[in-house]
Amino acid sequence: MSDNAGGEVVATSEGPGHEHGQEEVQLNIFRGLPGEEGQQVSYTVPFVTGMVVLDAVHHVQRNIDTDLACRWNCKAAKCGSCSAEINGKPALMCKTRVEDLPEGPISVAPMRSFPLVKDLVTDVSRNYEINASIPQFTPADDPSEGPWRIQQEDIERVYEFRKCIECFLCQDVCHINRDHGLSAQYFGPRFFVRVASLEMHPKDVLDRREQTRAEGGIGFCNVTKCCTDVCPEHIHITDNAIIPMKERINDVHWDPLRALGRTFRRSSDGSVSTS
Amino acid sequence: MSASAPPSVDLQGRASRDTLGWLDKLRRDAPWWVYPVTVVVALGLFSLYAAWTSIIAHPSSYGPYLSPFYSPQIWVTGPVSPAIWVVWAPLIFRASCYYYRKSYHRAFFWDPPACARPEVRKGKYSGETRFPFVLSNLHRFTMYITTVVLAFLWYDVARALIYNGHWYLGLGTGIMLVNVILLTGYTSGCHSLRHLVGGGLDCYSCSAYRRARKKTWNVMTWFNLRHSVWAWASMISVVAVDVYIRLLMSGLPDPHILLG
Repeated sequence: MSDNAGGEVVATSEGPGHEHGQEEVQLNIFRGLPGEEGQQVSYTVPFVTGMVVLDAVHHVQRNIDTDLACRWNCKAAKCGSCSAEINGKPALMCKTRVEDLPEGPISVAPMRSFPLVKDLVTDVSRNYEINASIPQFTPADDPSEGPWRIQQEDIERVYEFRKCIECFLCQDVCHINRDHGLSAQYFGPRFFVRVASLEMHPKDVLDRREQTRAEGGIGFCNVTKCCTDVCPEHIHITDNAIIPMKERINDVHWDPLRALGRTFRRSSDGSVSTS
Repeated sequence: MSASAPPSVDLQGRASRDTLGWLDKLRRDAPWWVYPVTVVVALGLFSLYAAWTSIIAHPSSYGPYLSPFYSPQIWVTGPVSPAIWVVWAPLIFRASCYYYRKSYHRAFFWDPPACARPEVRKGKYSGETRFPFVLSNLHRFTMYITTVVLAFLWYDVARALIYNGHWYLGLGTGIMLVNVILLTGYTSGCHSLRHLVGGGLDCYSCSAYRRARKKTWNVMTWFNLRHSVWAWASMISVVAVDVYIRLLMSGLPDPHILLG
């Protein structure tokens, strides 16, 4: 396989693809516009060893149906643009190798949880609205502190969350968005990761727990871990972000020993503590 | 990630999906219904057995051995089994465990049955915000009690080992020891305990005490990574101990060695 100047994938005649005995790939790509009933359109494209689904879609776009809409950018699984549903499973088209998929036609559809724009492109702007509603990183207002010195052990936990490429596959696969349509009352996995990265930051002083519980609807999450399963960056969304946030909220609402401690503190000094 | 770390291992030492073991590959490639069916059968059988042994059957103890369903041992008379007074906390602890929540929400309630599979159930969804699943938050409460029960289970093993002033090395002692080790592994990986030990802190370097908590958190993270394995293994071992003791009660000899 090689790339020509235009970025088009070209098969070599002795390519290992022939060793697999597969010379063509059949794609069933969703085509449609909002408000109309879309349809799966079948395309046949040449198989090249190592090709990913995005290569096949590009072949269709360049050679067969030039008006096929598909969002992409880096083709290196780092920009998070080419999210789609491949054989019914949310995945990045640029990270899904054709030879890793079962034999037979490959279905490519847009993410189901977001409004359709055209063909494989969806409107993910709801995610940016949620993001804007989360108070940003807020350090203590202490000018005397000088340059920060942050220890590795304090910050390494947050590094995992910084790997997020905002592909929104986790938002797409989450059944609370996907099947229950509760996205207006629910932040979703991506933004619980963001909240966790802020809450666990040693220099951040804001408390976003109540917002995450009430406005973010973290209680809707029933921990079925599909977000973790589809994350192309292998972030342990459930174990390291959502559950720790649930536990931080439980510190306030569901911990009998802490509740007892708060009661004693209240009775001894007349103050009310929430943490 | 540090420069020296292998590229396929993340900060917590978790292998990426590029280095999946055969079991993970088998799980990934299995049809979607295999997981829910397996969970329904396994959890269903465990629930039935737990209900039978702790409500209907006679108390399960024999010689130096005491069933985990009846530990800590209490003596009560009346129509209610003594197990009821002790077993509720570990059972609710398991039922509200974050791993089991995933299992039974997928398997029993099909909410969802598998990732990206359409749900069958229609109607208003409230998740863990309303009754009954809001009670999953009792996990913290039952975790406190279960850690105390776990201490009693270790005591039971010690008491079985030193029986009537002798070292009693029986097959049952071995089964009880394996069981309590598995239960300790399961409890050590508990998300709630992991949070209390160090997960709830933002600054680990602020004191020596917090640094020690971070080290403990690292150990618990190791257990947490394999929480599902510990959960299933300990569930089976709890039943195995009870079944073995009931077999002894019905007349099966207990192979053992007496020392001292």
